[in-house]
Amino acid sequence: MNGKYFIIPFLAGMAYLFLILIVRGIRWISGLSKIDKLRLFQSLKSGRTLKSLKEAFVEGLLHRKIFLKNPVLGYMHMSLAFGWFLLIVMGHVEAMVAEGSLSVPFYMPIFFRYFKTTEDFPLARFFSFMMDLLLLFVLSGVGLAMLKRFKKSLFGMKRTTRLKLFDRIALTSLWLIFPLRLLAESIAAAISHNGSFLTSGIGKILSSSQHIELLNTPAWLAYSLVLGFFFIALPNSRYMHIPAEILFIFLRNSGIRLKKQNTTYTDVQVFSCSRCGICLDNCQLSTAGIRDTQSVYLLKNIRNKDLDDEHLFNCLLCGKCQIDCPVGIETIDLRITQRIESTRQYNSSYEYLEINSSPSAKVVYFAGCMTHLTPGIITAMQKIFETAGENYWFFDQEKAPCCGRPLMLAGQYEAASKLIENNSRQILASGAQTLVVSCPICYKVFKEDYHLFNMEVLMHFEYIRRLIDREILQVARSPQRLLYHDPCELGRGMGMYKEPREVLAMTGTLVSIRNEKEKAYCCGGSLGNLKIKQEERDMIRNQAVNDYLEHSPDMLVTSCPMCKKTFARNTRIPVLDISEIITRNMLSPGIPGLTESKECILEEEYI
Amino acid sequence: MMNKPRHIAVIGGGIAGMETASRLAQAGYKITLIEKERITGGHLTQWSHLFPDSSDPAIVVSRLSSALSHQNIKVITSTEITDISKNGQYFNLKSGSEMSLNADAIVVTSGFHLFDASRKEEYGYGLFDNVLTSADLELMMKNEKPIRTASGKKPRRIAIIHCVGSRDAKAGNTYCSKVCCITGIKQAIELNKRLPECEIFCFYMDLRLYGSSFDGLYLTAQQKHKVQFIRGRLSEAAEKPDKSLQIKAEDTLSGRPLRMDVDMIILLVGMEPGISHNNFSRNGSVQLDENGFLKCKDVHAARNLTTQTGIFMAGTCICPMSVSETLENARSAALEVINYFERKM
Repeated sequence: MNGKYFIIPFLAGMAYLFLILIVRGIRWISGLSKIDKLRLFQSLKSGRTLKSLKEAFVEGLLHRKIFLKNPVLGYMHMSLAFGWFLLIVMGHVEAMVAEGSLSVPFYMPIFFRYFKTTEDFPLARFFSFMMDLLLLFVLSGVGLAMLKRFKKSLFGMKRTTRLKLFDRIALTSLWLIFPLRLLAESIAAAISHNGSFLTSGIGKILSSSQHIELLNTPAWLAYSLVLGFFFIALPNSRYMHIPAEILFIFLRNSGIRLKKQNTTYTDVQVFSCSRCGICLDNCQLSTAGIRDTQSVYLLKNIRNKDLDDEHLFNCLLCGKCQIDCPVGIETIDLRITQRIESTRQYNSSYEYLEINSSPSAKVVYFAGCMTHLTPGIITAMQKIFETAGENYWFFDQEKAPCCGRPLMLAGQYEAASKLIENNSRQILASGAQTLVVSCPICYKVFKEDYHLFNMEVLMHFEYIRRLIDREILQVARSPQRLLYHDPCELGRGMGMYKEPREVLAMTGTLVSIRNEKEKAYCCGGSLGNLKIKQEERDMIRNQAVNDYLEHSPDMLVTSCPMCKKTFARNTRIPVLDISEIITRNMLSPGIPGLTESKECILEEEYI
Repeated sequence: MMNKPRHIAVIGGGIAGMETASRLAQAGYKITLIEKERITGGHLTQWSHLFPDSSDPAIVVSRLSSALSHQNIKVITSTEITDISKNGQYFNLKSGSEMSLNADAIVVTSGFHLFDASRKEEYGYGLFDNVLTSADLELMMKNEKPIRTASGKKPRRIAIIHCVGSRDAKAGNTYCSKVCCITGIKQAIELNKRLPECEIFCFYMDLRLYGSSFDGLYLTAQQKHKVQFIRGRLSEAAEKPDKSLQIKAEDTLSGRPLRMDVDMIILLVGMEPGISHNNFSRNGSVQLDENGFLKCKDVHAARNLTTQTGIFMAGTCICPMSVSETLENARSAALEVINYFERKM
């Protein structure tokens, strides 16, 4: 076995890679908060390890989620990852059988055909057939990957990510590994007259050349070199996602989440991004020509430590990328956390906040800033409360404190906490059992960041639903075709898709479209984007409106004052809040409210 | 002069169309003036006073109307032009399938339409009883109705809100409607004359008083009529149980948020391109500018020429203008049409 030295590049690359992985693994796990470490430890003891292993297999190797999105793209990822994995496993089994031993040097299967030239072991023909088949499987993936670089539309992708130096080295090496392996194995097959359908076939063609033996070692050296290059480039390239994603799956399944500050969990997520670019395709910012702030770029910027405010704050926080991410990265919380970290020193003290006395009530109504900008919704809510004869307190009728969510979205966590504390105290002092809000932006923060003890927080349509179920409110059905627009904060943000639709279905016919629920558009009005221009917002809104108009609804209905306001600026389609639809279809109320017409009240007095 | 008098169609019977038509008729051209409403006179028939001299717009309209009774002018009312096409030498104008006529040239004087204040829902127009537009107030004064709240009370405090639908990217209009600032001052003075006890506040971003006598009027409003000016855009209005209104704004001169209760709000609505512009621009013969008004062939040298030879324009279909500017502009359009035919001969 002279000339065995060709395996040195491979060994060196492997050693370097493992060293880096071990160092990073230790750093990442030790950088978790105490409680998160405990979580991880607990989950390793429990059955969740099995779940994580299964997930690592299904997502990391088979790429199930990518498959579901696009079968060709899924096949490409699977053939590379799962194919290579099988090559390694099958190669080891083959080497073990050939050597008749359970312990073979780990490099042996990688360069098996170099070391083993005879087929004098059991199932030799089967193994060589399988190895050829698997190599073909991987090569088909490499071929698709090359095709994708040059013609991405075949993969249902409009765009793909830009590469930097280490990515290029890693990518080139990865592309070369398997063709070079094929070449080396074919030369070996030509010399030893073995190999299966693939390698022996190519071997026969190659054997026509004179000094084929002279090419053997150089070919294996080239193969070893690209492997070495790939391993060395891997930790500094996007392929770091392969090991990082496995750790990420284990951490996530143990219940670890981002908690408004960066820990090494941020790093694990950042490194888990494969930069597949799937998040680019549905990002509506692209509609407005904004092409460098999407999640994949955010993650890259965090990793390269060159994130600036222009990019950090130019995002609608609509959550589409989080739904689409095949790795399951918390793109929204990651971005908000970066915002919190970058604006820590600017938080307002809100020293001037005052605590006013709260009247006692059964229900507290909080309209929020956005509902105050759409007084039609307030009028409708007041009418509903009056009709129901509800003992309610309109908390922010005159003085309007903010719920805190816009500050949260801007990363002003501490300032938001001050508002939250102040509001909580006043709301709780009313002794009410129920808090009703008419804005999903408020709803999300009340549900997630307020501590209101036993008090329930309801979106207005949940409250309305309750009144209808108890026959306190009666609504008539109209033949109107209603198209419901899912607000980001309520839909992807809180997972509420069914409830508003059920209420709407009581008053009209719902029009169902492809881009709804999880796939719903952002209206473009988002409070989460602090950098976008008005014209860009308009483009995003018009994209949604154009689609909606194709279904020719009589009315666009939403449950978010911000969305309503945004759509109302485009005059091509009438838009109403769900509460306004209800008051329009309300049947003669039992108790005439303040907002009833004067004639009605006069008539009652007359009688 | 000419053997056969040329025929010109003037689209829009507001003051721009009336002035253009009468000037061209005097010069010997045959004119057909087409107005979509029942009567000519346009928005001016709804106004009560003209700035800066507080004169009656009816005087302007009646002078223009009598000039229309010229033998060369034919007036068609209640007719809206829906299509224009070029047919060799002629332009063909259609109103649905009812009317069709040919003309050697066209003057578009289709004017503006008022910003729909309900699009700024936060101001509560159409929702709250005591929120009016400047046009509503103008009509109220024209009909000599006393200024009262919806429940018939004398208002004690009125807020006049500038720039509603103008210079507002969120409302879709980034341009200035030019005449609202001075209209606001004029209306504040008129309100003070009728309601001397009432406090009047104008909420403005900045006052664009471009006319030579406008600043004088601004001083008069403050000194003689006690109108108070607050620099700050209104953020929102809310109706209270007694139907009075709470408004929120930022006083940007003192840098403080401001909350105020008022009995009535007047929204100074801006000018938007007339809806009928779409009819002219649909087939691409006449182009629109970035704000949706008709585009000039040359903003300096050919203000009355559209991008289509033979189609001229005058008045507020070009951009927001005051009454006097509109009339000047109409005369200039008439001159351009005359030059066009004289060059052709």
